Amino acid sequence: MIFLQLFWTFFKIGLFGFGGGYGMLSLIQMETVRNHAWLSSAEFTNIVAISQMTPGPIGINSATYCGYTAVHNAGFDGFLAILGSLTATTALVLPSFILMILISKMFMKYMKTRAVQDVFTGLRPAVVGLLAAATLLLCNGENFSTPDNPWRFSISIALFVATFVGTKWVKINPIRMICYAALAGLLLLY
Amino acid sequence: MDNNTTNTPLDERRPAIAKTVGLKEALPLFTTFFKIGAFTLGGGYAMIPIIQSEVVEKRQWIKQEEFIDLIAIAQSCPGVFAANIATFIGYKIAGVKGAACTTLGACLPSFLIILAIAMIFRQFMDVKWIAAMFNGIRPAVVALIAVPTFNLAKSAKVNLSNGWIPVVSALLIWALGVNPIWIIIAAGAGGYLYGKYLK
Repeated sequence: MIFLQLFWTFFKIGLFGFGGGYGMLSLIQMETVRNHAWLSSAEFTNIVAISQMTPGPIGINSATYCGYTAVHNAGFDGFLAILGSLTATTALVLPSFILMILISKMFMKYMKTRAVQDVFTGLRPAVVGLLAAATLLLCNGENFSTPDNPWRFSISIALFVATFVGTKWVKINPIRMICYAALAGLLLLY
Repeated sequence: MDNNTTNTPLDERRPAIAKTVGLKEALPLFTTFFKIGAFTLGGGYAMIPIIQSEVVEKRQWIKQEEFIDLIAIAQSCPGVFAANIATFIGYKIAGVKGAACTTLGACLPSFLIILAIAMIFRQFMDVKWIAAMFNGIRPAVVALIAVPTFNLAKSAKVNLSNGWIPVVSALLIWALGVNPIWIIIAAGAGGYLYGKYLK
């Protein structure tokens, strides 16, 4: 049952995930954290962090991790959990695979027609909204702590601002920025 | 490709897509994309220059202009960008089997790495100093997602006239818990109807 759920969920994410990895985040989060509760919000953010530091697309990384965790949390053993990873990752890639072959085979000539371009004109700004939603949904107590814990809360805010400024304007490499944040966490939040 | 079928003898005609792929042709497709998948940090778009140097310049599997077209389409289509572009290129070179080789190659490294992390990392998550590191990392990661929101707004040409679309989409998802899939469907349909009847 959980395998069918994993397959169907990640197939949907693969089919509707416009805007690349980041655009996909709000979909992945909505389905895995809110709808199915396979991951906690903190776990989801950890996956995004790990995805930034390891090679490969973020969509595949979260499908693999989520497939393993969901089956493992449902009380199955390691082998079935690996199968869960495989199910989620295959389901995520399958729509891409089918769609790209169909486009190559038949629809290449339609990609530049006005109707298709009009659809994308509507989609593009909406994907920006999806990404903004992903950011807003992650601004929660699990990731930032709460004002009840003023020390950790203020450090979290400071790290958020420093990373935003650092990567947007100072152009510091995101991986290096994550390492700085990890060091700050180790020194200040241990 | 089509115009060289007119005057060439039958055996010299090269089909646009090779339908049969032996191990000899399939293996380099797989290994090239495995390499691309294994060594590109930062996800899909970071792969473009590496795919270009491997597939267009080094191996000369497809032409530069064709490559640019494929990227434009792969970017606008749904799904994992790396899987899209790998499928496209594999299919162009060697049909469905070729596409299977390239896509598998591109996805396998991250699958294996994350699987290993999922199996090992979960046991260490409760270790105090690792938890402290991730408590510092998580707010930084939220900022790393906030930054591309603004960058994407620029490249998606968000302006005063269509600026309400991202704002309303984000609020519907964040405040009301609307599934992003409905936003995608509504935005695509809206764009089509607007272009057809109002523009």
